[in-house]
Amino acid sequence: MSTFSAIGEEREIDRDEYTPGVEPQPTWCPGCGDFSVLKALKQALPEVGRTPEETLLCTGIGCSGKLNSYLDTYGFHTIHGRSLPVARAAKLANPDLEVIAAGGDGDGYGIGGNHFIHTARENHDMTYIVFNNEIFGLTKGQTSPTSPKGHKSKTQPHGSAKEPLKPLSMSLNAGASYVARTAAVNPNQAKEILIEAIEHDGFAHVDFLTQCPTWNKDARQYVPYIDVNDSDDYDFDRTDRVEAAEMMRTTEEALYDGEVLTGRFYVDEDRPSYGQEKRQIGEMPEEPLAERYWDDDYEWERSYDRFIDKHE
Amino acid sequence: MTDQELIWRISGGSGDGIASTSQNFAKALMRSGLNVFTHRHYPSRIRGGHTYTEIRAASGPVESRGDGYNFLLALGDSFARNPQEGAVYGNEEIKPLSENLDELREGGVIVYDEGLLDPSEIPNFDERVEENDWHVFPLDLRGLARDMGREVMRNTAGVGATCALIGMELDHVEDLMRDAMPEKILDPNLEILETAYDQVREEYDVDDVDVSVPTGEHEETQLLMSGSDAIAYGAIDEGCRFIAGYPMTPWTEVFTIMTQNLPELGGISEQVEDEIAAAALAVGASHAGVKAMSGSSGGGFALMSEPLGLAEMTETPLVLVEAMRAGPSTGMPTKPEQSDLEHVLYTSQGDSQRVVLAPGTVEEAYEQSRLAFRLAYEYQIPTILLYDQKLGGELKNVPKSHFDREPNPTLGKTLTEEELAEQPHSADGKFHRFQHDVEDGVTPRSIPGQKGGRYLATGNEHDPTGHISESPDNRVAQIDRRTQKLEAIRADLDTVDTSSYAGPADAEYGVLTFGSQQGTVEEAVGRLNDAGVSVKSLGVSDMLPFPTEEVEAFIESVEEVLVVEMTASGQFRGLVQKNLGRYGEKLSSLLKYNGNPFEPAEVVDGFEAAIVEGDGDASGHQTTFVPAAGD
Repeated sequence: MSTFSAIGEEREIDRDEYTPGVEPQPTWCPGCGDFSVLKALKQALPEVGRTPEETLLCTGIGCSGKLNSYLDTYGFHTIHGRSLPVARAAKLANPDLEVIAAGGDGDGYGIGGNHFIHTARENHDMTYIVFNNEIFGLTKGQTSPTSPKGHKSKTQPHGSAKEPLKPLSMSLNAGASYVARTAAVNPNQAKEILIEAIEHDGFAHVDFLTQCPTWNKDARQYVPYIDVNDSDDYDFDRTDRVEAAEMMRTTEEALYDGEVLTGRFYVDEDRPSYGQEKRQIGEMPEEPLAERYWDDDYEWERSYDRFIDKHE
Repeated sequence: MTDQELIWRISGGSGDGIASTSQNFAKALMRSGLNVFTHRHYPSRIRGGHTYTEIRAASGPVESRGDGYNFLLALGDSFARNPQEGAVYGNEEIKPLSENLDELREGGVIVYDEGLLDPSEIPNFDERVEENDWHVFPLDLRGLARDMGREVMRNTAGVGATCALIGMELDHVEDLMRDAMPEKILDPNLEILETAYDQVREEYDVDDVDVSVPTGEHEETQLLMSGSDAIAYGAIDEGCRFIAGYPMTPWTEVFTIMTQNLPELGGISEQVEDEIAAAALAVGASHAGVKAMSGSSGGGFALMSEPLGLAEMTETPLVLVEAMRAGPSTGMPTKPEQSDLEHVLYTSQGDSQRVVLAPGTVEEAYEQSRLAFRLAYEYQIPTILLYDQKLGGELKNVPKSHFDREPNPTLGKTLTEEELAEQPHSADGKFHRFQHDVEDGVTPRSIPGQKGGRYLATGNEHDPTGHISESPDNRVAQIDRRTQKLEAIRADLDTVDTSSYAGPADAEYGVLTFGSQQGTVEEAVGRLNDAGVSVKSLGVSDMLPFPTEEVEAFIESVEEVLVVEMTASGQFRGLVQKNLGRYGEKLSSLLKYNGNPFEPAEVVDGFEAAIVEGDGDASGHQTTFVPAAGD
């Protein structure tokens, strides 16, 4: 038996394998968009052939962070805004793991914004799903970084004076090599996008519009939606950075005018992932570092033999 | 004392090569058979400013900076700002000479670069020279260097002049230059060295100089090493192959050494966006089965509070190093202090479950760096190595054999897939990672990718599978189990010799200290005993879990205890009293917080003024006495 025999195992995977025995029924509110993320993941993972025990799901804090309780894989429910640094280190330590990170819009675009920018910039080979409901849900409905300008809440009683953050544009500018938006109301597209994102060799950012029927009653249910890749009204080349940027801007502004545009906005299949870049310059081993600790034949080097002589 | 030890101080501006010149000279002295110990003083400035390094060299043991010094090599500060009336920093150009006079001992030697420094700008310079019987040698070091090579080689000329005056042969210095310098600059440097040496021997009667190089012999090969080197090598030997960090003085030294060495060992170093990320990356790498570390200094460590708490709650092994500097806030970035002790012990919400070790010497820094990894991985608990700018940056010689030890890459209680199959699982196949009743409180872990090992790690309170739980029974069981680990670690540490004692066992008085002040306190204790004061010292390294019984026995055995530390509020004394409250009236404090570490004489005088003569401050020192509670 090898050390990590769950990795690379070829077998049929039943989507029920991802449903935990304890609390199989999520505690999200009825009508919550988060159910769709869970369902799309349960569909996508068997299709890409990744079993629960070769997958590490890292979440932040918030309604979205509960995903770890309802998707039965190896999981790390981290702290608010910090899923990405935990996730990307796990990927560096063992690149054979399928690493997925997830969090809400407050988690990823607010408190964790710095990590989001830098993880995208570095193009780590992982998927990042942001449950974007334009509100803080678990803390009961405060204005979030993606809440529309003028949005009223208990913490912004006169309406938000701030322009909402533009996550797709931010992601593109930061360096993500796959940027998409899907919506809870569009399960087929969500599944397809998650499959592509997981299979993409680089940082794949999926802004997942998840309606919050409890705290964001003003918000649209994100219907009707338009898939910009299928619509005759929009024509752009998703591999072209400039055209992608323009399409993203249009999409981000349209959302606040009541038009829900979704789809793949930017795809760069040529850019090497961070792991590849780091190996290229000799700063990361070819074999997963995590394997070495189990290799009885590995000769661990001593500082005494390698570095001490220069101090004589 | 001048014939017993050389304390050579080289001064100039930041960026003038003071550090590298002094490191090479310290090594030459070490190779000549002497014990050496360095003390760095530098400003938080890129270029210029008052900088010096002191090398103390003697045939006997040296574990501290000395009292003042006896040889000054004052070079020009090439980056000094132009002197102008009312400038905030005064005339910077003369500082390499003027700023160093107060601590120069009587009979000391001054060599200064007359090409750059004009002592007539220093008030009463000649009177002070006469009063203190200083021997002054103005030399045109810059001119000599310029004529035979380049101006920057004036440091070499200064070293040549030094050797001529203290009676030191040039061979060790020349060997080092051959090791360190590329051919192109080696020849002019050698020529400059020899010319300066000869010139001084010819022009001056060096027999008048009281300061000479001692002679000594080492029984075995020595290494010149800093605390930062030792911490990095300890981590490497314990199998650490992942580090994440963000630059901050003085922690950057450990980060840099690791980063430069890890690729060669097939390891990974990550410089990341901030310290929150840095510690979180170390948590992520450790969770995925790699021995990992991060670290910072005070302000950066503050950002690590969250991931530190996460590691406690998820029982993820983690080593953090904290290189203290003077605070609060940005404080004094390049000056040592020990005032992050309470910060490191208590930061992060909830009841903390961590280990904090504070090594006292370069040797201990290596040993306790290894110990930190062993405890972190065996007990699945974050372990913090707490040191300071002084220990991190000071160089001293250590026997090479000290590092001739076997590596230990073991991950601690981690299961193979075969072992995992035997472990308890829930009906749905989830592994019980956080079982309630286990020996020592340590419950074995799996690594992502292992079959039969999946579980949830979460910062929420959780049941045995990692599932979030707020059940009172589970809560109590989990907290009690995690706390039990600290008891097991205390018992483990009792079998490891981390404390340091000096002075007679039956002494009348005691001195308690922690971390980097240990060597200085021990020298002071030696001197006090020589002067007829019966005193012993205990340098404590285990900050958490605290060695309560050991410290209690020490306090019990003496009349009174002076607690010596580089804080303004007596944090270490507070820690002792937190654990041993009933001894409050036996403990008083000697504090120093002016940005410079204690000199042995400050401890000697402080002890005599406070304990021997009564409750008072020693005059002439910037130290503070705080009497015992109730006094």
